[in-house]
Formats: sequence, structure tokens, C-alpha cells
Amino acid sequence: MSIKSRPRYSELELDIKSKRHIVVCDKNGAAAAQRMLRTSNVAAANTTVLVIGPGADKEEAGAFESMGCDVVMASPTIEAAMFRLDQVFAKATMGTRIYVAGIEGLIGQTVALAQRYGVKPMSVRQQHCGSLKRRVQCVHCKGVTEDVTTQIVTCAHCGVPLFVRDHFSRRLGAFMGVSADAEEAGVLPPIEEVFR
Amino acid sequence: MSRSAPIAVVVTAVEHVAQDIKRFSMQRADGQSLPHFSPGSHVTVEMPVPGGHKRNPYSLMGPLDDPHTYQISVLRVLQSRGGSQFMHDAVNVGDQLQISEPFNLFQPESIARRHILIAGGIGITPFMAMTQRFAAATIRFELHYAVRSRSRAAYADVLSAQIGSHVHFYCDDEGDVLDVRKILSGQPLGTHLYVCGPEGMIDAVLNAAREEGWPEEYLHCERFTAAPSGEPFDVRLVRSNLTVHVPANQTVLEAVEQAGVDAPCLCRGGACGQCETAIISHDGALIHNDHYLSDDDKASGEKIMICVSRLAAGTLTLDL
Repeated sequence: MSIKSRPRYSELELDIKSKRHIVVCDKNGAAAAQRMLRTSNVAAANTTVLVIGPGADKEEAGAFESMGCDVVMASPTIEAAMFRLDQVFAKATMGTRIYVAGIEGLIGQTVALAQRYGVKPMSVRQQHCGSLKRRVQCVHCKGVTEDVTTQIVTCAHCGVPLFVRDHFSRRLGAFMGVSADAEEAGVLPPIEEVFR
Repeated sequence: MSRSAPIAVVVTAVEHVAQDIKRFSMQRADGQSLPHFSPGSHVTVEMPVPGGHKRNPYSLMGPLDDPHTYQISVLRVLQSRGGSQFMHDAVNVGDQLQISEPFNLFQPESIARRHILIAGGIGITPFMAMTQRFAAATIRFELHYAVRSRSRAAYADVLSAQIGSHVHFYCDDEGDVLDVRKILSGQPLGTHLYVCGPEGMIDAVLNAAREEGWPEEYLHCERFTAAPSGEPFDVRLVRSNLTVHVPANQTVLEAVEQAGVDAPCLCRGGACGQCETAIISHDGALIHNDHYLSDDDKASGEKIMICVSRLAAGTLTLDL
């Protein structure tokens, strides 16, 4: 896997020099975020958490609150979460470190939003947790298809069968999907589930 | 090749702009336009000084709207290898100089939401073009300019007139204090910090920002550290099969260039890392003056930044 735009992830590490922390995670990433926050006994008190997923407001949010995180928010979907995160970023000051843990679609969209606030992608600490399913943008109609697990997927917008590439757009937080039967219409390789 | 061909220029104006600071305007000797430059760029000026040529880097200040002219400012530094004194004492209107193509090692971050620029003394020069560009593009910025005294505040009048609402002046001898922490506090996410000035000031500003939790990738500095002089010594270049004498007032880089060896380099201030050279052996103590090598690298005695570092005495054998 040598494509330069393909993001690399590592285990979340607390930036102990930061005055504040913004943690974005889904239900799969919550444990990683909590593990990171536990490495310090002062970090949680200066941490804003946004946890995403159906029912996250009850279970995971409660866990972050009991750890002492001073602002805890929950959203049922990534789309809903991005509106909240936009407000959080708008009020954030320098001296804040951003962390994200979860599926690549969440990581990609968090990094993309942060970038609109002048934050370099490398500056956001990213840990991949859970499914490898991808968010794919069709290069033909520009529509985004979510939760893609197969290497060939039908575009949810224009219906073109797309080959999912490793090329990743940091601006969109999505992988590139290109017509899979451009040479000969209707002729496709066998569909395999590769992004489980 | 590490360098493109030098550009022959003619000095078209020399102005005394502040105590010990002169501005030099130059145009191409052949009358053509000069290469376009981005704010933050510098050029290297070649100085035919008696006792060996010297090359010093200077920030391009502008003008951004005249493709035929470059302007640089030079502070006269007494305790130095003589380059700035040559510029002050020997360079007049009509003289010809050789300069390098512009190169930018201090580029503003394009995605930044806001830029904070901190200048100390002659460190104002890279910010002259930057602030012009920011103001023209309505990019959010603030400039903090500290000087020892009012008489040394080059371009204070121009800055006040052009971008007055963005500039804050601090005169050391009038009791003004540049409070870095106050400047940094409450800055919005995505603010980038740039500092250019004396060594101690750069370190103080960067350390204050680090202590306030600013990540390293938001901190930018330009260190045009004058290469210190030292004792003379010899350099043996193994690949070129050449031995070159380095006089007290020349750097290794300048001496090997004068001997016709094209060594890679960019900043000439021990910051960019381009001139890192492998040491094969040395029989005197290494004097590392750069900001690039790690302490471990310096202690290993295996690498040297030839633009600023030297040998106390003896012979330095390099893989060059």
C-alpha cells in the first residue's frame, strides 16, 4: 500500500503539553479514547468529548462523564456530529489538541472539518478502530456512498459500478471511486468484501 | 547541481533606512525581469571580499508589484565575517553583484486561519512582503515588531501607513515589553506563529508558545544566524580529491565553493539541513553552530552542516 494520500493511523497518545483536548470518537473508538485520557490524571478535566453512534448519549457519554471530562456531547450519526463539532472548533483556541478514534469515515470527516479551521491533517491524532468500511466519492457524479465494504460498489447516487481505490481526499475525508466497467460495459471482476 | 546559475544584478538604489540599516534595490544587469518570488523568500548575495568570497542570505522585502526590482535590507554587524560591512561600505549605486535565485524556507501556511508575526530588529525584513500580501488578500494577521530603540525601527513609518491597524511596536529603551504570552492567549484554532529576529528572541517566543500548548507544526521561524568566524583550518574533500584552506573569516561552504566545488545548500544559516555532509575524519574539535543536527548527531562526530560549523584547528576530511 504505497499511495501517498492513504492515511496512516496509530494508537492515540495524549499531548501532555496541550491546555485543552477535543476528543471525537464513535462507539468503537470510545475505549481507545478513554485509555488515552487515563494516561493522565489532569487531562479529563480539560477535555471536550463528542461521542457518536445510536445510543451513545446513554452508555459511552456516561463513561466519559464519570471519568471527569468537563464537556461531553453525543450525536446519533456522523452527519449530526459534524454540526456540533463545527461549533466546538469555532470556539476553540490555540493550545488545543484534536483527537479522533473510530471508522475511517469519521476520521476523514473530522480531519477535513479541522482543516477548514486551519488545522493541518498531521496535527490531528488519529486512531482507526472498528470496521474498515469506507466512505467513497464517485468521481463521475461526486456523490458520496457510505459504509462501503466491497472493492466494487454501485454508486448510491448515479448507479455506476465503482472500483474503490486507495486514493484518499483529505478535503472530503473520502476514498475515490472510479467506473469499474469503463472498458467494457457490464463486465466486472467478482465482487469481494475486502473492507470489513 | 544544487544551485541554478547566479543572476547578475545592478544596484539601483542604496538608502539609509535606520541606524546601521541600509536598503539595497537591484535590477537584472541584462534588463530582463527577475524571477517571481513568494513572500518569505530570500536570495544569497555573493560578496567579492578580499581574503575570500562570501555569500550571505537576505530576505526579499518586495516590491511585490515590480517584477524588475528586488529589495533587501542589510544590518551592519561589527562582530562578523565582514559581509554586512562590505555591503555597507563598498556597495554603491551602479555596482554589479551576483545573487542566487530566490528560495523560500519561511512560507506562510496557506490553510492558516490567522497569522501572528513577531519581528525583532532586522528580523522585520521577511515580514515586509508577507504583510503586503496578507493585507492585499484580506488574510487575518497581526505583526509585533520589537526594536532596541526608535532610531533602529526600520520601516516603522511604512508599516504604520500601510497596515497600521495590524502592527504593534515595542521600543526596548522606552520600556515597552513584548509580552509573548499575552499575544498568544486566546488565539483561535488554526493560528500560525512566525518569528524572525535575534537568536534569544526566537527561542524565547517559540518556548513560550510550546509552554502554552501550541503544537510544533504551527511554529515557524527564520534564523539568519551569521556564520561565526573562527580559527583557520584545512578541509580535505575525498570525492573531489581536493584540499581547501578555510580562512578565519570564511565558512567551509564558501571555501569549497571558491574552490569550484558545488556543494548543496539553501539557507546558509544552519537551519534547513540541505548542506549536511558526512565527516570521514577530523583531527581537531568540531564546532557545531547549526540548529539542524540533533545533539546526538553532533556528539557522534559523523555529520557537519558546512554552512555554519567548523573545526577548531587541523584537518577536516569530508565525503564531498
